[in-house]
Amino acid sequence: MALAGKAREDFEKKLKPYVGIGIGVEDVGRNPVNQAMIRQWCEAMGDELGVYTDAAAAAVSTHEGIVAPPTMLQAWILGGVAMAGGEDDPRDKQKELHRLFDEHGFTGVVATNTEQKYLRYLRPGDEVRAATQIESISEQKATGLGVGYFINTRTLFYDQDDAEVGSLTFRVLKFETEDRPSASEGEGSSAIPGKPQRIKPVLGHDNEWWWQCVEKGELAIQKCSSCGVLRHPPRPMCGECQSTDWEFIFSTGRGTINSYVVIHYPEVPGYTYPLVVAVVDLEEGTRFVSNVVDVDPAEVEIGMSVQASIEHVDDEMKLPVFRRA
Amino acid sequence: MPTTLKDQAAIVGIGETEYSKNSGRSELSLASEACAAAISDAGLTPADIDGMTTFTMDNSDEIEVARAVGVKDLTFFSRTPHGGGAAIGVMHQAAMAVATGSAKAVVVYRALNGRSGSRYSEGVSGGPTTSDLIHWSWYMPSGLMTPASWVAMYTQRYMHDYGCTGEDLAEVCLSQRDHAVKNPRAFFYEKPLTFEEHQSARPIVEPLRLYDCCQETDGGAACVVVSPEMARELPHAPAMIRAVAQGAAGDQESMTSFYRPSLSDLPEMDLVAKQCWAISGLGPDDVDAAVMYDAFSSNVLFQLESFGFCEKGRAKDFVRDGNLRLGGRLPSNTHGGQLSEAYLHGMNGVNEGVRLIRGTSSSQPDKNEHVLVTAGVGVPTSGMVLGQG
Ligand SMILES: [Zn+2]
Repeated sequence: MALAGKAREDFEKKLKPYVGIGIGVEDVGRNPVNQAMIRQWCEAMGDELGVYTDAAAAAVSTHEGIVAPPTMLQAWILGGVAMAGGEDDPRDKQKELHRLFDEHGFTGVVATNTEQKYLRYLRPGDEVRAATQIESISEQKATGLGVGYFINTRTLFYDQDDAEVGSLTFRVLKFETEDRPSASEGEGSSAIPGKPQRIKPVLGHDNEWWWQCVEKGELAIQKCSSCGVLRHPPRPMCGECQSTDWEFIFSTGRGTINSYVVIHYPEVPGYTYPLVVAVVDLEEGTRFVSNVVDVDPAEVEIGMSVQASIEHVDDEMKLPVFRRA
Repeated sequence: MPTTLKDQAAIVGIGETEYSKNSGRSELSLASEACAAAISDAGLTPADIDGMTTFTMDNSDEIEVARAVGVKDLTFFSRTPHGGGAAIGVMHQAAMAVATGSAKAVVVYRALNGRSGSRYSEGVSGGPTTSDLIHWSWYMPSGLMTPASWVAMYTQRYMHDYGCTGEDLAEVCLSQRDHAVKNPRAFFYEKPLTFEEHQSARPIVEPLRLYDCCQETDGGAACVVVSPEMARELPHAPAMIRAVAQGAAGDQESMTSFYRPSLSDLPEMDLVAKQCWAISGLGPDDVDAAVMYDAFSSNVLFQLESFGFCEKGRAKDFVRDGNLRLGGRLPSNTHGGQLSEAYLHGMNGVNEGVRLIRGTSSSQPDKNEHVLVTAGVGVPTSGMVLGQG
């Protein structure tokens, strides 16, 4: 579902500062303009013009020597294979902007059009660099691919003397690819095949009984049958008296937040972000770690009273989660 | 037979590969190159090596590395668990092996494709049912499954208890970045960071922002440990191991010790510190520089208090007074740390500790009699004090 109302306003407010700014990183050609790359380009493109590859023909042309095909302009500064495997430069405002879109559900991206202008022919030995500016971000648009925004960038290309040699405009659409899951949607919804679910606990001798209690709607706490000490997480032996006999009690679920985090990254499929997780001091004296739900993350604080309830957190798993008491 | 590990072993060689985001080769290749470089730096040949030790998390088997490098008979080999907590645990193993005569020359190594291969930031998930996976199963369902999320949990409570802010964390990052800018091995070589950039960077897990989190790196680092007698015959001035110790505290979990009285304390590192001072006969006042494990910026604050460089809760003031910088009380992470040089699970920190003792850091402090080097925070961990030969 597309962002609307206040949420859309807030999101568009975050976009504004990006309009008109440079992206903060320059693309610098890894090699000067050279005959080898020109030849490969011409072969791939089937371009047999002599001024690109034949030194003798080029010498007697109006160029008086080899020049590069103007359409190679962007090829001189592309990052090559490293583009696929490298890490985003954290200073890159364009990448940052795309992440902002991703975080708000506009995870799709498609390039829609590009235009190039050439001010002079490049010659072997020319050193090319490029600086990119985010020119504009459109209003929210409904497109065939989904609701989204067009981002226009302009890249200016310079030579070794800082003279402009050409420019390029680029337009991409960032669009919503699917409905975002919502934490409160879990209950009652039927399982959709392939829909991502949370990571389930691995069950063994020492914890399976506890998860069976959760299935029955109870937050259990293990208790030593010999000395009565409560312990969580469950263990096979009492650290106080070394007894292996144990039973369990059910927690009231009442507690206080000891500490908490607000997780933004990475976004693991099956979870909704920002995701709040807290260490809660239960009134029985043990602690339990789980989500705090239905509270604005900015309002969660240490010392807040919370109440656990056992709920479906996705189509397949129940978990005790906390709400403000 | 020695009764303590004080001055029973020395680091005589260090080596590392290029640190990158995409090595394009195997972890075994990285490990082999780092080990060969360390052996060569020590002035030894592979045939002189008879011990090897690494992390349980390392994917390159000791005997495979030995075969690749040309190391022959091994009389000592071992592994240390708990991720970055092993960084000095491996030094402890090497020092004990040399001190007891179990080996004459031990290579310590760690190599990983931490960016192009398996990334720790992606968190834990399924696998065979072990006590370790049962442990993670208490956190995976709620989504608390990355190192940043676990460390953020203690950091939040610590900041609450002691009035520490994101601006205090920023100073840790900025001081280290200023060091990295001068270090050609560093990812952030010649790339400075401003206070505003730190504060406005995107949150990863609040209260931690982007630059509070370490690199993910492809690379290898290694060093060679021998007896003090052997060290005297070798080309480099030795970095003597004045003290080395491990620590796992009561009610400890790996990264998620949320069940102890205070989340603001680091009892396992307190335990390491106590042993380091007892073994070496030194104290915080004797230490001139430090390499403190920094998977996350807040790690440094906890450790300053564990080792007694400041009182509990006062690390923020210690840091804000510029004490981690050159000219400050305790120039720290002079290579840029794992925040700004590379994340080699602490092994790059061991090598920087040796450079500090040799006087060859790219941010070399004037005084370098003793240097503290520590391992992972939030896990069973370890630390050592290095000194002049
Ligand atoms: Zn008991």
